[in-house]
Amino acid sequence: MSEHTLEARRLLCPMPVIRTQDKIKTLEKGDKLTVICTDPGALNDIPAWCRINGHKVLETKEAEDEVIVVIEVGNGA
Amino acid sequence: MSRQRKAISLISGGLDSMLATKAIMEQGVHVEGINFFTGFCVEGHTHAIRKKDKEKPKRNNALWVAEQLGIKLHIVDVIEPYKDVLLNPKHGYGANMNPCLDCKCFMVGQALQWIKENDFDFIITGEVVGQRPKSQRAETMPIVQEESGAGDLLVRPLCAKKLPPTLPEREGWIDREKMFEFSGRTRKPQMALAEQYNFKDYATPAGGCCFLTDETYSRKLVDMWQARSDREYDLDDIMLLKVGRHIRPRPNFKMIVGREEGENKYLEGYKKQFTYLRSTSHTGPLVLIDGKVNDDDLELAARLTARFGRGKTADEVTIEATFTDGSVKELQVEPLPPSQLKEEWYV
Repeated sequence: MSEHTLEARRLLCPMPVIRTQDKIKTLEKGDKLTVICTDPGALNDIPAWCRINGHKVLETKEAEDEVIVVIEVGNGA
Repeated sequence: MSRQRKAISLISGGLDSMLATKAIMEQGVHVEGINFFTGFCVEGHTHAIRKKDKEKPKRNNALWVAEQLGIKLHIVDVIEPYKDVLLNPKHGYGANMNPCLDCKCFMVGQALQWIKENDFDFIITGEVVGQRPKSQRAETMPIVQEESGAGDLLVRPLCAKKLPPTLPEREGWIDREKMFEFSGRTRKPQMALAEQYNFKDYATPAGGCCFLTDETYSRKLVDMWQARSDREYDLDDIMLLKVGRHIRPRPNFKMIVGREEGENKYLEGYKKQFTYLRSTSHTGPLVLIDGKVNDDDLELAARLTARFGRGKTADEVTIEATFTDGSVKELQVEPLPPSQLKEEWYV
């Protein structure tokens, strides 16, 4: 199991979701992925994508102008 | 025992694709959704940018629909291959820069490629005969089948009974009698079916899922191409057309003027790529300059920038211009009076 970070600042939805989806395809079950975005829409969209695709959102944070979503890769990878 | 058949459904986020998907799921088929991002999709971008819209719920409707249906959704970035669709549409454009029929052929073609790569059996769309003037007419239905290459692997459950039987119907994977014969622009049958499926909430069907159907957006796109004498574009170009006032006071340059705090913040992300102007003496917008400017152009741009800030009635406003090489020039200008701000400058 390994930890990864995805830079998705300045991208507007659905690009952060697409980048998350494409990154997760390269990861293994149990890996952790931290996605850093600036589009507040990502706070809804990435967790929604995770729910329907079998991944677990461990944490969501809003700090300053950033949104951070931490994901544990599930069976959908 | 026969294996469970698998279908991919083109999910736009609207009601029709939601109903079409549900109709096939009800027949025991495993369905997953696919959504294509062309760069022109409306999906909340401007809401994400504009501060004043922050209170509105921000949801990606395609994701939301997939979640309501309990299916997976694959979102595919088609920005690059879509350029050829937009620039060279075989069937031309709709009322604006929308190449709807070519777009539909392209998306179904992409879905066909996806089912081949992922061992799925057929494709579903929410198309309805006669619903859209450009892409959903009786005569365009076979064109989409043929030009996408999908042929009779393409099932349109909402109007299937008005069309020839497809392979999944002939093979008995799905029952034609459990599909529908909707047609025309009326939404009543869809509303009734939504009620039957107990769908209480769905995006308003208005055909407004693509910026290319928007007159103002299309005008900005054409203006950009004309000014550059080149129709090439990248994602930043088409995103910036969604943000701010676009003012072209002279053919050689355009100003992108932030309209409020959210847009100013978004435009700040482009400060390294563009010359930008901002008032240092008064509160005002961030303004990007797209094009090459001489001293006289810069003076006019500074006066316009002052015009859109709090100093618009002041005798003099200080404007700082920052160039892409990092150098800075300060200008003391008189804000451009409204009488000199020409209507035709607005793109």
